[in-house]
Amino acid sequence: MNDNTIHYLDLDETPLREMNQAFHHMGRDRRGHWRVINPRGRHAVAVGLDAPLTVEVDGHVGYYCAGMNQQATVLINGNCGVGVAENMMSGKVVVRGNASQSAGATGHGGLLVVEGDAASRCGISMKGIDIVVAGSVGHMSAFMAQAGRLVVCGDAGEALGDSLYEARIYVRGTVKGLGADCVEKPMEDEHREELRELLHLAGLLSRMDVNHFRRYGSARRLYNFDVDNADAY
Amino acid sequence: MCGIVGLYLKDPTLQPQLGSLLGAMLLEMSERGPDSAGFAVYRDPVDGGTVKLTLFHPDRHYPWRTLTARLGDDLDTPVDGEMRATHLVMQVAARPEQVRHWLDAHHPEVKIMGMGEVIEIYKEKGSPEQVARRFELAKIAGSHALGHTRMATESAVTTEHSHPFSTGLDLCLVHNGSLSNHNRLRRWLTKRGIRFQTDNDSEVAAGYLTHRLREGATLKEALDAALRDLDGFYTFAVGTRDGFAVLRDPIACKPAVMAETDAWVAMASEYRALDSLPGVEKARLWEPEPATVYAWGR
Repeated sequence: MNDNTIHYLDLDETPLREMNQAFHHMGRDRRGHWRVINPRGRHAVAVGLDAPLTVEVDGHVGYYCAGMNQQATVLINGNCGVGVAENMMSGKVVVRGNASQSAGATGHGGLLVVEGDAASRCGISMKGIDIVVAGSVGHMSAFMAQAGRLVVCGDAGEALGDSLYEARIYVRGTVKGLGADCVEKPMEDEHREELRELLHLAGLLSRMDVNHFRRYGSARRLYNFDVDNADAY
Repeated sequence: MCGIVGLYLKDPTLQPQLGSLLGAMLLEMSERGPDSAGFAVYRDPVDGGTVKLTLFHPDRHYPWRTLTARLGDDLDTPVDGEMRATHLVMQVAARPEQVRHWLDAHHPEVKIMGMGEVIEIYKEKGSPEQVARRFELAKIAGSHALGHTRMATESAVTTEHSHPFSTGLDLCLVHNGSLSNHNRLRRWLTKRGIRFQTDNDSEVAAGYLTHRLREGATLKEALDAALRDLDGFYTFAVGTRDGFAVLRDPIACKPAVMAETDAWVAMASEYRALDSLPGVEKARLWEPEPATVYAWGR
């Protein structure tokens, strides 16, 4: 069934596990628009999706919402608890409110958009996911980030990009402090182009000027243990 | 893991519902802390010159009437007591230290859970649901309250190890996290006259605040000092006579979310504990910043 109907799911009536299993059993080609009401801060809403579905959640969710997502578009009309879109592989997750800590943790692919602020450790250990935050991020964001892009349209907290590998970070506002081995790097045309593309995908390009962003990345001094670097650990 | 909830009512017409509102919040935090639970309620202030104490003895048939009668005779003052499961809330027209010394001398088997003019502290082993029912939390009115659901990680599961811990007159502490320097701090505080009932790490945090406050620090100063001296993970909520305060450690691994409307201010480990509060859909919601003291009060 691929139509324009919006299917409603009420978590006050349907048990969460039943809802998630129903999504899992729909088949990997299934399309359609589902609207989930009364999430009431529950954990693990819409985790493990693997189909080009659109799942729209009306309200605040708890931990790990849209975790391990593949293909699906998950829209959250509210705030998220810890670890939204953690370990996402592909697809798109949009948080209309704020996200708690570790948003997009360990994500391999796909796009996470936070329209409000994200708390500490946003993009921790990201492995290829793209994360665009319209507001600010908390301390230790992109900690040990290996690949992917983190775009922060507001400010970043302390120890941004600590022990960073090859992820790229763009920040428009102020950075309270850079973590070990994270340095500012020049913005070249290719970076402005990739940033424009990411802001476009996040629906933020009309509100942002890519020339107002700075780029941060790894100085690559901590890749291998060197006793001279011991103080940096 | 543990769960914390706190609720401060700005709108006095909600006061009769304090216990039922807090109870729903506490119940929602059951998975975070299934082994014991407790709460502190601020209500029914006593007159000046009178002290209110919450006492505990594990025996449900403990002869509280004998104790209060003897205390009244010895101090030559009227003593009122109200039993609630294994706890007794007692009002005595005497100085707090007088009553404490009398209890130490005559009834060392009785534990003082809390003391002040407004505070009452109830805590027990068991699921949050059982604990709330045993103490009839839903029927308790008041201006503000804190609650805790415990999943023990550092020490035994007993009523004495449960939260909230008293940190002085009308003050109490609930803690989610674990402290790593509590043994050294406990020795340091013991030398300075702070007494501990258990080997619990959170009790050390409570004792630490008690010590700083006795030295004359304000609550804000005591919490700022705690950031320096306590090593470990914590989200604290501190109940005060007029409100409550919240502090997270500088790493902020332990969760906390806050909400405010015109009618109330609330905090909880997770949003789902706030979802049952009236008007929450219009509340301002935010996550407290690390190493920042938040305080509310009249």
